[in-house]
Amino acid sequence: MSVARLHVSVLGVGLCGPGLASWSDARRVLRGDAPWVEAATALAPPSRLPPAERRRAGPSIRLAMAVADEAVAACGLDPSTLATVFAASGGEGSNCHALCEALAAPERLVSPTRFTNSVQNAPAGFWHIAVASHGPSTSLSAYDASFAAGLLEAAVQVIANGHPVLLVAADVPYPDPLHRLRPLPHPVGTALVLGPTTQASGASACVQLAIALESERAADATRCRDAALDALRGAVPAARALPLLEAMAAAERRCVMLDAGGGAWLRVDLEPAGA
Amino acid sequence: MKPLAITAYTLTTALGAGRAPTLEALRSERTGLRPARFLDVELPTWIGAVEGLDAAMLPALWNEHDCRNNRLAWLGLQHDSFLEAVARARGRWGAARVAVLLGTSTAGLLETELGYRRRGPAGELPEDIRYEARQNTFSVGAFVRRALELRGPTFVVSTACSSSAKVYATAARMIDASLVDAAVVGGVDSLCLTTLYGFNSLELLSPDVCRPWDAQRRGLSIGEAAAFALLERDPVDPPHAWLLGTGESNDGYHMSTPHPEGAGAIAAMRAALADAALAPAAIGYVNLHGTATPTNDASEDAAVRAVLGGDVPCSSTKGATGHTLGAAGGVEAAICVLALEHGFIPAGLHVREPDPALALPYVRANRDARLRAVLSNSFGFGGTNASLVLGAAT
Repeated sequence: MSVARLHVSVLGVGLCGPGLASWSDARRVLRGDAPWVEAATALAPPSRLPPAERRRAGPSIRLAMAVADEAVAACGLDPSTLATVFAASGGEGSNCHALCEALAAPERLVSPTRFTNSVQNAPAGFWHIAVASHGPSTSLSAYDASFAAGLLEAAVQVIANGHPVLLVAADVPYPDPLHRLRPLPHPVGTALVLGPTTQASGASACVQLAIALESERAADATRCRDAALDALRGAVPAARALPLLEAMAAAERRCVMLDAGGGAWLRVDLEPAGA
Repeated sequence: MKPLAITAYTLTTALGAGRAPTLEALRSERTGLRPARFLDVELPTWIGAVEGLDAAMLPALWNEHDCRNNRLAWLGLQHDSFLEAVARARGRWGAARVAVLLGTSTAGLLETELGYRRRGPAGELPEDIRYEARQNTFSVGAFVRRALELRGPTFVVSTACSSSAKVYATAARMIDASLVDAAVVGGVDSLCLTTLYGFNSLELLSPDVCRPWDAQRRGLSIGEAAAFALLERDPVDPPHAWLLGTGESNDGYHMSTPHPEGAGAIAAMRAALADAALAPAAIGYVNLHGTATPTNDASEDAAVRAVLGGDVPCSSTKGATGHTLGAAGGVEAAICVLALEHGFIPAGLHVREPDPALALPYVRANRDARLRAVLSNSFGFGGTNASLVLGAAT
């Protein structure tokens, strides 16, 4: 069986995590030129939302919008024209907890805002409202393999439609008691604007990706070079993107293996600009 | 898109388990909705519960997945020779070349909700709560992939009430890109407290049975369902129907209210028609999203007229099944295939007095019709829209 390879360009990158304030700040760390210093993820209120929505926006929405903003700014494309794929292990954890608590109380008084924002596509919905985009949007989960699933879906959309797609992968910890069942240590988010290989972006150094689905385990998942950063990769689904971001930061020709779950693997071959 | 064969399909809703009881109920214009009796819920509303679900145990081997949502998935998979059809596809294409792409909004949240009533002295959840295999969004994908012994790309789309329509589009793209040769698509959504009390908090639940397109409609009736279809390239036998086109869009307007003129819905329907390379006049029936909230039906009425004109027969089958949320797209795609295969337009139930403000020709009694192509709409919170165009087998 011939292996289909999906060829796409990376037109913009966003990142936000502990000690990884942004893609532009974190590149030196990801290249190995500076040590990774673990620090709480800073989640700024999303400036794109009107003040009332901004205050109510939970951490999932803040994180998703922060990384989406950075990637979109880098690619120089009008965000209202972009289709989106939002990958996350689950919906907003603080909403889920608050709803479960309310439903366990005798009155069962549920906040309508919390309920509306409990859908997993809430960050996508807020993003599309904020940038006035009518483009298609998919929100998906593959548990720990959610980033790989999102990358596959976004790349397939680029190939199918010939248009750029904004991929956002973002995971935020649950409060206790759910945190004990799903212990995500930090919020981590990343975003990639993917486009057809014919589309070179003015603003960012254009990295080309060749993505293939493999069913035979050719190798282990690619690890981060720094052991502490690799522990973060193992602990947060969106941080599974870090080896790919390391390769992009290094601007080297590299093969990154991502575990797509259930015996499926994504092999991503990077070709830096001008290589 | 290149038409994609639907080589097997099944659905389990409040109307019954599998196609035969569903067809019989639709043919006799019977509803599966009843005044709500679910756990200790005291809400003045109607629900579409799947009968026998409490007793539909999973085989012991799969105990870690055991929850209402996965029981519903397993019950749904066991009808209409679906398991046999998947086994044939697995043999023909290889387990790694069959994707599993499902939609849900609830997954197995119910068990966690009930676990919150049994928290320990430090607030901890009881030991029997399984997050990954039951509560997480992906849990239904992990379970179905395991039950079907498939190893292709697997993920769960969770875009509220468009989830299980959008997986048809994802599957079509993956097959077109030669990543896989077949895909199991569909949706599973089960009754839980969050959806019942959540929609109640938004004052969107009908105190009465839901009445899409009725002048006095007051909201939705929540249901639960499992629906599955097997999509394959190059079918050996004549398929049940063809997936002809898919269209997706976002309103970018409001989280829980549709655009008043249905701008996003219009874009999704037009994209689906363009994908199918069909003119609007080719559509013989529209299965509406039709939730029976005042604003949703008004917005969709305007949108369908803008795209297809005012002559196409339309109905919402949610008066029969209830709004099955993350499973609704899959359920209604299956009902569309029943309509194509058996040559009829299913009635929209419970209309006492048609809303004079709505202009679509809403079908209130079953009608025989040789349908060639039909369209199904699914819209949801977050402004998400998906439309499917399905065509007759021959």
